[in-house]
Amino acid sequence: MGGLPTVASDVTSSTADHTKFKDLQRTFASGPEVTRACLGCHTEAAKHLMRTQHWRWEFDNKLTGQKLGKRHVVNSFCGATASNDSYCTACHVGYGWKDLRKEHQGEDNVDCLICHDTTATYRKGEGAAGMPDATSVANLTEIARKVGKTQRHNCGNCHFHGGGANGAKHGDLDNSLITPSFYLDVHMDDMGLNFACSRCHGSAAHQVQGSRYATTARDTHGIDAPGRDDGNHATCESCHGAVPHQNRKLNHHTDRVACQTCHIPEFARGSVPTKTLWDWSTAGRLDGDGKPYSTVDPRGYEVYTSKKGTFDWGRNVTPEYRWYNGRIRYTLVTDRLDDTRQPVPINAIEGGPSDPDARIWPFKVMLGKQVYDTQRKTLLVNHIAGKGDPTAFWNGFDWATSLRVGTEYAGQPFSGQWGFVETTMLWPITHMVAPKDKALACDACHSRDGRLKDLSGFHMPGRDYNRFLEWLGFLLVGGALFGVLGHAAARAILAVRRRKGGGHGA
Amino acid sequence: MGRRIHLYSKFERFWHWSQALLIITMGVTGFEIHGAYHLVGFKAAVDFHTTAAWALIALWIFAIFWHLTTGAWKQYVPTREKLLSVAKFYAVGVFRGKPHPYERTTHRKLNPLQRLAYLAFKLVMAPMLWITGLLYMFYNEWPAWGLAAYLDLATVALVHVTGAILIATFLVVHVYMGTLGATPWEHFKSMLTGWEEVHSRDDGAEPSA
Repeated sequence: MGGLPTVASDVTSSTADHTKFKDLQRTFASGPEVTRACLGCHTEAAKHLMRTQHWRWEFDNKLTGQKLGKRHVVNSFCGATASNDSYCTACHVGYGWKDLRKEHQGEDNVDCLICHDTTATYRKGEGAAGMPDATSVANLTEIARKVGKTQRHNCGNCHFHGGGANGAKHGDLDNSLITPSFYLDVHMDDMGLNFACSRCHGSAAHQVQGSRYATTARDTHGIDAPGRDDGNHATCESCHGAVPHQNRKLNHHTDRVACQTCHIPEFARGSVPTKTLWDWSTAGRLDGDGKPYSTVDPRGYEVYTSKKGTFDWGRNVTPEYRWYNGRIRYTLVTDRLDDTRQPVPINAIEGGPSDPDARIWPFKVMLGKQVYDTQRKTLLVNHIAGKGDPTAFWNGFDWATSLRVGTEYAGQPFSGQWGFVETTMLWPITHMVAPKDKALACDACHSRDGRLKDLSGFHMPGRDYNRFLEWLGFLLVGGALFGVLGHAAARAILAVRRRKGGGHGA
Repeated sequence: MGRRIHLYSKFERFWHWSQALLIITMGVTGFEIHGAYHLVGFKAAVDFHTTAAWALIALWIFAIFWHLTTGAWKQYVPTREKLLSVAKFYAVGVFRGKPHPYERTTHRKLNPLQRLAYLAFKLVMAPMLWITGLLYMFYNEWPAWGLAAYLDLATVALVHVTGAILIATFLVVHVYMGTLGATPWEHFKSMLTGWEEVHSRDDGAEPSA
């Protein structure tokens, strides 16, 4: 495999075999117990981790000044994390974070296994604030001895299942990437390069590179090599450089067109559908017995549940294209919406044709209908989940109560009047890189009705033309044709007439 | 009967026909790149168009050299002599079977209308296309060449397409004019062989009406 070590050989080529470690020759009854054992040798690991976005769920966007991260943003899936903490933190890299309003403490609370389990059996429990489920607890002893470098299933535990179901959220991340074919992803192909996520999303001191909150939309730094590394290995250019094609004209595109635009012709290409619409306004309908229900469409996709409302799904979805310079401005619960112009953006991206930092990027456009304060014009924190809690929407199906409880918990002002506003949320597409013969051909965009037909402000050959000149050309060439044909016809008729009319002397 | 004179040298004929082939190739592929129709696909069209462009540039370099060294450029110097009578011939005389008023010789083989048309082709249409075509081709070098502030692609494309439309119009008329010899194919024949039958007024091929 081109001399690249595979994930499996990475593990066996390690200088340490954890099954032989004395500190692991014991029975473990809980996650934090395992962590204590890990920290016995990896003394600094928890300190590293507790500084990361994975731990803090907070991201200071220096470009926009916004405080983001899961603790602060609203998305067009479940909404906000506040008041739903234990359900959301089921995916946190720690144990027992039950109140997101407070920083999570305690080195023992770092969950080493969710990222370093190599058995692919370690799972976190639903609504369990990051604690492992019963099966995983029963197997902790075995799992703890088989730790190793992160693999695709580790990241996938959380990142494949965001938005409430496999593949629901991102569109380019789902569990088809655990054993992907070359067709699905040329780099992750398990019979080929077999890249783990960390091959691109490298890390130092557990700080994982590559961020959607502040994307490197154009990496002018090029190929990373020791000594000239920009600390971000998560761009295509980090390995391929800025002029990766043999064809000069294709290389001329890389300053304005993201690699992903041509090389990821569709997303959700691995047979797992992705959610494309979530309409909360229909949530809460109950059947004749007053029980919640769900509906499945002919494709087998869940299109309605009482808990969540109406959905739509897509497979092999054609992305939408936008100029993007990596700056995103989120609509936070403190921001006022303009509900006269719907859909309102949940995350507005920046960039345009005259912005040298911007390139044309592919996006999944997620459509939503979300609850908002019709008086104060803000998105609302909704209390959705809570075991046995009747005020949670998923138990009580009562908007008034769940909104009151959610906003109170989050300290958000609420007028008591709510409605539903149409929203869009943009998800940059960057995974599921197709083989080059499946990449977009020129005329996918360079045509009058191509994929970029709605992207204005720049001239693109094959797409753009001057209506006046088209008519002028038509008149000129057509007129010339008409003229010469008329001339020819007159010549022919008159020649025949001359011949018939005598005068054929001599 | 007329005399046979050698009007077109070997190089001239090679230049004419290879230029014709390249220009037609560039027209067909160019208008596809423009988005007017779908024939070979955008990528193939661009590849053909670019290759033909370089070939045409090479051909033009040779042709310009040939024109300068042989003095053939003088053939295109405009003249008013017989300009009106030639125009009148195409408008009236040709229908009546009148002979062409312009007598061609090796040293003045182009009639005054041809001179004007070909001069316009060489000094207006062709430069319009190759200047904008090269700019188009080297669009990505504009910033490095300091041109980015003065040019925009839409304008360059507009001028390029305008040139192409003019040449397409030229081509239609040019091909048709080729049929206006003593017989419809006589001019085509002489452009292939180099030899042309010259008819004096007295031995006109067609009797006057």
